Amino acid sequence: MTKYITVIGLEVHAELKTKSKAFCSCSTAFGSAPNTHVCPVCLGMPGALPVLNKQVVEFAIRAGLALNCEIKKFNKFDRKNYFYPDLAKNYQISQFDKPICENGHIDVNVNGEEKRIGITRIHMEEDAGKLVHSGATISTSDSSAVDYNRAGVPLIEIVSEPDMRSAEEARAYMENLKAILEYTDVCDCKMQEGSLRCDANISIMPEGAKEFGTRAEIKNLNSFRALVRAIEYEVERQKEILEDGGHIVQETRTWDDANGVTLSMRSKEEAHDYRYFPEPDLVPVQLDDAWIERVRSELPELPAQRQARLVKEHGLPEYDASLIVATKAMAEYFDEAVKTAKDSKGVSNWMLGDVSAYLNNEGITISEFKVTPAHLAELVNLTKDGVLSSKLAKKVFAEMLKEDKAPSVLVKELGLEQVSDEGAILKLVEETIAENPQSVADFKAGKDKAIGFLVGQIMKKSRGKANPGMVQKMLKEKMQ
Amino acid sequence: MKVSADDVKYIAQLSRLTVPETEMEKFTEQFNQILNYADILQKIDTAGIEPTAHVLPVSNVLREDVAKEGVTHEEALSNAPAVHNGGFKVPRVIE
Repeated sequence: MTKYITVIGLEVHAELKTKSKAFCSCSTAFGSAPNTHVCPVCLGMPGALPVLNKQVVEFAIRAGLALNCEIKKFNKFDRKNYFYPDLAKNYQISQFDKPICENGHIDVNVNGEEKRIGITRIHMEEDAGKLVHSGATISTSDSSAVDYNRAGVPLIEIVSEPDMRSAEEARAYMENLKAILEYTDVCDCKMQEGSLRCDANISIMPEGAKEFGTRAEIKNLNSFRALVRAIEYEVERQKEILEDGGHIVQETRTWDDANGVTLSMRSKEEAHDYRYFPEPDLVPVQLDDAWIERVRSELPELPAQRQARLVKEHGLPEYDASLIVATKAMAEYFDEAVKTAKDSKGVSNWMLGDVSAYLNNEGITISEFKVTPAHLAELVNLTKDGVLSSKLAKKVFAEMLKEDKAPSVLVKELGLEQVSDEGAILKLVEETIAENPQSVADFKAGKDKAIGFLVGQIMKKSRGKANPGMVQKMLKEKMQ
Repeated sequence: MKVSADDVKYIAQLSRLTVPETEMEKFTEQFNQILNYADILQKIDTAGIEPTAHVLPVSNVLREDVAKEGVTHEEALSNAPAVHNGGFKVPRVIE
């Protein structure tokens, strides 16, 4: 069987976090009743004129700089013409031949290997309205209801080079991109709400081939999981066609998440003939160095820099640091906690272990997490100072999830303080030695395992509160 | 002739316009007249001249990012031929 190489390029649409739309002053608030944030401009009324929101340009420059792009000083807008009811004007205001950013890149790390993924361009445009179909799916619906609240919300479209060769690389690129857009605060990146959307261009070619194969464009990828599954499905579909001697049709397909398949999408929209022409209602935007450099000087710390800092300043392993910085809120939580924590690695371990497990289980994000960074830091300190054994720390953590109290308070309330009092531990050690002559004899005969049993007995007697290190040490001393 | 009757039909279709068969010849001729005029302009030497993106010598007309109320929901839908669940009702969009 022929070996194939997968070629993937991603087109990502990110809704910008502005208060008002791109070309009119309507609110961009999500989740309002249909057609309540609309005006003559975004409803496409004849004679209504667009005026560009300055913040859209600001955000586009910021994203471009964070993604290592060249910022183009001369900008104009173009009309992309198509008939589809999601835009009332029958054209979308976009940038065609003069995008604001070009030639960027993101460095991703997949299975320990660093790889640079090129970014061809980033352009500014407006989002379209939302169609709610009358039937269960778009294909079984007799009609649709259009909500123009989203029409005119500003977007940047980030187009990658076809540089990715596997679903894992595509996922890594997407995760990095999302983190950068979050850190720069240009997009809230809620894939489920559609504020960050991804289309994938996928093709395969026989190993050694010089030219890429015919690609299919896959839409409706609303999660990282969907992206990975869709790529894996699509690659297999294309392989089967080629193996059967067929050829791939260049087309747009939609990802059906419930059934795990991609489906051909034939819409009534004409073949892609958008007849772009310059938008006569908007004048050009001329950027100068002062503007671009001001935005550059205001760039926040980016995920890669933050990761390097966590490794350097807090001694975290690269992998752990990469997980912490992957979400901005997670990284901020960490930074807040380590302000008072005596053990940064301990904070990281808690966050990547029990905290993440709890969040996943509850289906919430760190922003909705009730335990404050200061309280988590205190829990880490109680363990570090030997007040709590790691086992009891987990018990306290479980209580912290239930009530908003400082761990030190909970330790007292639950009577869980670790006993590090020599006299008290000595008493337990002596009792236990007296009660278990056989184990003591075994230990003296060289069976090191016997000490584990004795420690266990003492921990039981102390209801888990005795300091295990001290117990071990004093046991050994007493039995020698 | 640069433009054929088929091109005119295609452009009419993209523009959602119905052009009667009887007028096809007239439109084809007019399209070609427009393109011939453009040909005359093409002969001008434009080397070293920046492409014109807009006829006005104006740039950077920008507004601050402040949200304002638009029209009411009722006003927005007042011209809609059909309404469903607060949305503009449109016919089936997929073939």
